[in-house]
Amino acid sequence: MSCRAIGFAVLLACQLTGCRQQADDSHTLTFWTIGREGEAITQLLPQFERENPNIHVELQQLPLSAAHQKLLTAFAGDSAPDMTQLGNTWMPEFVTLHALEPLQARVDHSNTVTPSDYFASIWSTNVYEGALYGVPWYVDTRLLFYRSDVLKAAGFNAPPRDWAQWRRMLAALSHPDHGAYGILLPTNEYEQLMSLALQQPEPLLRDGDRYGNFESAGFKRALTFYVDTFRLHEAPDITNVEAGNPWLEFGHGVYDFYFSGPWNISEFRKRLPAAEQGSWNTTPLPGPDGLGASVAGGSSLVIFRSSQHKQDAWKLIEYLSRPDVQQRFYALLGDMPPRRSSWNGGSLHDDPQAQAFREQLEHVKPTPPVPEWEQIANEMQLVAARAAAGDLTVDQAAVEIDRRTDRILEKRRWILDHSRATASAHL
Amino acid sequence: MNRQRAAWVFLAPAMVVLGVFFLLPVIAALGLSLTDYDLYALADIHNLRFVALGNYWELLHNPLFWAALGHTVYFVVVGVPLSMGASLGAALLLHSPLARCKPFFRTALFAPVVTTVVAVAVVWRYLFNTKYGLANYVLGLVGIHPIDWLGNPHWAMPAIILFAVWKNFGYNMIIFMAGLQAIPADLYEAARIDGASAWQQFRHITLPMLGPTLLMVGILTVSGYFQLFAEPYVMTEGGPLQSTISVLYLMYNEGFQWWNLGSASAIAFLLFAIMFAVTASMLRWGRRGEEA
Repeated sequence: MSCRAIGFAVLLACQLTGCRQQADDSHTLTFWTIGREGEAITQLLPQFERENPNIHVELQQLPLSAAHQKLLTAFAGDSAPDMTQLGNTWMPEFVTLHALEPLQARVDHSNTVTPSDYFASIWSTNVYEGALYGVPWYVDTRLLFYRSDVLKAAGFNAPPRDWAQWRRMLAALSHPDHGAYGILLPTNEYEQLMSLALQQPEPLLRDGDRYGNFESAGFKRALTFYVDTFRLHEAPDITNVEAGNPWLEFGHGVYDFYFSGPWNISEFRKRLPAAEQGSWNTTPLPGPDGLGASVAGGSSLVIFRSSQHKQDAWKLIEYLSRPDVQQRFYALLGDMPPRRSSWNGGSLHDDPQAQAFREQLEHVKPTPPVPEWEQIANEMQLVAARAAAGDLTVDQAAVEIDRRTDRILEKRRWILDHSRATASAHL
Repeated sequence: MNRQRAAWVFLAPAMVVLGVFFLLPVIAALGLSLTDYDLYALADIHNLRFVALGNYWELLHNPLFWAALGHTVYFVVVGVPLSMGASLGAALLLHSPLARCKPFFRTALFAPVVTTVVAVAVVWRYLFNTKYGLANYVLGLVGIHPIDWLGNPHWAMPAIILFAVWKNFGYNMIIFMAGLQAIPADLYEAARIDGASAWQQFRHITLPMLGPTLLMVGILTVSGYFQLFAEPYVMTEGGPLQSTISVLYLMYNEGFQWWNLGSASAIAFLLFAIMFAVTASMLRWGRRGEEA
């Protein structure tokens, strides 16, 4: 909420003053961060500025809720920063806009950034049509937090490895009449269903990402599992607005599974009393048959094509990619590093609750690399929420998602066909 | 001739400012609404297509637009009378000769208007919380089962209306108080001598004398309430199940979330047309009432 307040303030301030990056000083590097990273990085920058005394980093912290608009508006208004943190679902948009500087040549000459050390799927979310546009900064994937004590008391000694086991546990742990549910799946968050859908062999878009592929058997399987969780009252039909304080309720046993991301490790450590700290753990996402994939999310560091300080920006990227810096970053914030060598030392190496993420990160899949993806995922979730509420059957929902997706992708199809037509005309 | 020229010279600065900062953007937006300006067009202007009335046509066939319009009309039809009723009621209470500590209450009742919508929304979200909220606690005292205020599609809009009425009624209250003070006291005195009850005084003196004020406040409130945006944005983010998406919210999503500025402009013009029609007919209806 406070984020949003800041968001409004920033937006308002920008409208009033006409925000514009001033590049008076030739070695002032403007760097935009999004969300919580902006606070943690202030503690990493002093060392960078000591090592590079001629570079001064000017940091601007954007709240997550306003970041997307702000970045697009900044680009449209020709006032983009030198570099920014960019969520990898937003990257296709900025690649489409030709806003980002290709980085392959710099990586080739770098001693710090070694692609083979990075988790392959995470790295690949920065590559579009063979060109590299970003260096992964931290990773984000979704998996299960669970109450190990509750599971044990119900006779389950290990967390679920596949959907069938998971379903059995959810059934055993849910007592909706007592207000206890197996899992919390906020109906306005698309990441959970998307992760289940990414586990399926079929891609989410088809024909070169021209059409939706939500009527595939795989997506319907994922949607059925998702919707059944609500129909069997194993998850409450609520949004994250009403969920209020899910950490506390997880501690109270209102939910025994929580489907979420790495930042919640530190949230649970902070919010649950010491006596309850031994009662929870994390586990990789169960798949339809055995360990399943999850989403290859996260943020990358990118340099804008319009920047006058690309070399300085690259130095900062190299600094933030160093394993020792990434380990400090994890210690500060809980953001997980995208490269394996960063996982081999520091507090991360021995962290029991981080190990599931380490395992999951070898099994992650990227989302379709189209600029429209986030809008499609939103529409998918809106329809899925109606199916969860019982307004639509799974088949109807799949048809509806495909219909909306095809409408959203209309322009993309036109552009692809158009560019092919002009290309063949030139031949 | 000279006088006319002088008039134009005096008008020119205002006209230039209006033209550059109002008329020109409106015309540009109208042009934009006839194209499919989006992210691809921002990348390369050759990707811009002229679609004539295509955006409007598509909107009129988009169930979400009609749903958003329905929610907005619901908000206006229920919210405006409630808001004006609350304003008038508060103004009458404060205007009453029996009222004590008038400056204090005037300030207290006006306070919500100057608060930040984002900040008070946090408080109201707690008040409306299903499990821990004050609203359900009070209802529980009289034996009413807890209501899932912000989570149930049927209750989310009433919750938003309550919030908006609370937030806004103070402003109109001040206008009504000014209107009440302008009514000559001898009218009431004469009515009392004739033996009119308090209700009759209100019905036959206060209401007719407040007529023009009521009309103005009504038109301002209607046009303000049609532009519903901040309340659902901070309270429900348009949910649950998009039950609190307003027309302006839809425009914001299209334009700034997904960067479909073409169709967002079309939404803006449709909303403008609707608001223009509604307020114009209110004005005409009000004038006819005056003449009669």
